[in-house]
Amino acid sequence: MALYSEKVMDHFRNPRNTGVIENADGIGEVGNAKCGDIMKIYLKIEDDIIQDAKFETFGCGSAIASSSMATELIKGKPVSEALALTNQAVVEALDGLPTHKVHCSVLAEEAIKKALQDYEEKKA
Amino acid sequence: MKIYLDNAATTKMSKTAIDAMLPYLDTVYGNPSSLHSAGQGAAEALWQARQRIADRIGALPEEIIFTSGGSEADNQALLSAARIGQKQGKRHIISTAFEHHAVLHTLKKLEKEGFEVTLLDVHENGIILPEQVEKTIREDTCLVTVMYANNEIGTIQPIKEIGAICRTKGVLFHTDAVQAAGHLYIDVKEQNIDLLSLSAHKFHGPKGIGVLYARKGIKITTVIEGGAQESGRRAGTENIPAIMGMAAALDEACTHMETCARRVRILRDKLIAGLSQIPHAVLNGDAEKRLFGNVNFCFEGIEGESLLLLLDDKGICASSGSACTSGSLDPSHVLLAIGRAHDIAHGSLRLTLSEENTEEQIDYTIQAVNEVVTYLRSISPIWRDLVNGKKEFMIT
Repeated sequence: MALYSEKVMDHFRNPRNTGVIENADGIGEVGNAKCGDIMKIYLKIEDDIIQDAKFETFGCGSAIASSSMATELIKGKPVSEALALTNQAVVEALDGLPTHKVHCSVLAEEAIKKALQDYEEKKA
Repeated sequence: MKIYLDNAATTKMSKTAIDAMLPYLDTVYGNPSSLHSAGQGAAEALWQARQRIADRIGALPEEIIFTSGGSEADNQALLSAARIGQKQGKRHIISTAFEHHAVLHTLKKLEKEGFEVTLLDVHENGIILPEQVEKTIREDTCLVTVMYANNEIGTIQPIKEIGAICRTKGVLFHTDAVQAAGHLYIDVKEQNIDLLSLSAHKFHGPKGIGVLYARKGIKITTVIEGGAQESGRRAGTENIPAIMGMAAALDEACTHMETCARRVRILRDKLIAGLSQIPHAVLNGDAEKRLFGNVNFCFEGIEGESLLLLLDDKGICASSGSACTSGSLDPSHVLLAIGRAHDIAHGSLRLTLSEENTEEQIDYTIQAVNEVVTYLRSISPIWRDLVNGKKEFMIT
């Protein structure tokens, strides 16, 4: 479909990092079912490095693709870098999103920030 | 395999309809308003098409106004009835909560002009009762507009009974028959219909052409200003090829209506039975009083757009009432009107059949939907919460 870029369709059809991390060091859930999008991100963090990231998403094609791309972008990165991830970086990595779907990338950014916040809180 | 299951959106043109159009694109290209022989050839064809279409819905040829489609017909019907009402000091209109946007948005416009609109509840089964109309009609009601069959959930409304009530109370009755024409019986006289809209591309005719039927004597307000075409009720050179295609398609659809209905109904019921096997799935709209080709389900825990995209990958063309497919944040107003929660309405799937579909395609579709729903649930955080008992299932 011409609605989405090849990259979006690839990450939608073959999403990377779906699933759950048992005893995750950080979990972030954003969105609400009423609006049709929920993203949940699980992080495994050791020595301030994101060793693993997984997600579960209820949402449209771009929501699933954004979750997939966002987890790819932070895996193996230090927490400080992951905190700096912007929705714009997700959109660019996906070769763009339709205007009315940009909020999906915002959700991905927020879910990761929330999971990192959860990690910091658990650590403290 | 390519399986087209979106016939409520539009249909493939029939060979008969295409063949009927070709001469009017090629040899008989005159303007029916022209006095020369080329024009008069087109005028003759136009007259015959008008007669044929009128015959199919029990109308008179002069009661047929050709429009650009269903939306224009709906707009014009409502505006005309409103202007008539206004002159008599009547500014109340009755409709339903799940009309097509061509009706609902026109009603919004009329509200801004000072009209009062009452939208009737359509109940969980998606069918209004004639008594609701009877109870709601007031001294100042100028129009009742109720669709013949709903475009999303296919439910069929008691048009004839509603028409009879309106006739008795002296209120104009319009029905948006866009999903019904060519598929369900229509006789405007017998069914007490004053105004009716239909659109050719829903019954294997061309796009961009439709009809507004207006009972003789009802003053029609123009929406398109210009020449004196359509007896001054709709300006613009008539789209003769499309009109010829529409007339042929309607003839064909009406001739084969019963055999088609029987065939499609068997496929529909097979599809409904198959999809009902998926856990936490619910059929939207009455199981019996629905269009023979309409299937509409909600699946808990998933979102409709991803469902559509993955079905498309499997060769299935379908439709959904999820917000993401509508370009707004709200899911289908039709599903909300029958009482589905937002969360559930996002996970809807509409499959609309035609006589071209086969049993093999239905078997394949049942399996494909099952696979895609199972997969999407496996990556859905809502589904996990439901299964783990952290949230309660809304669809049992």
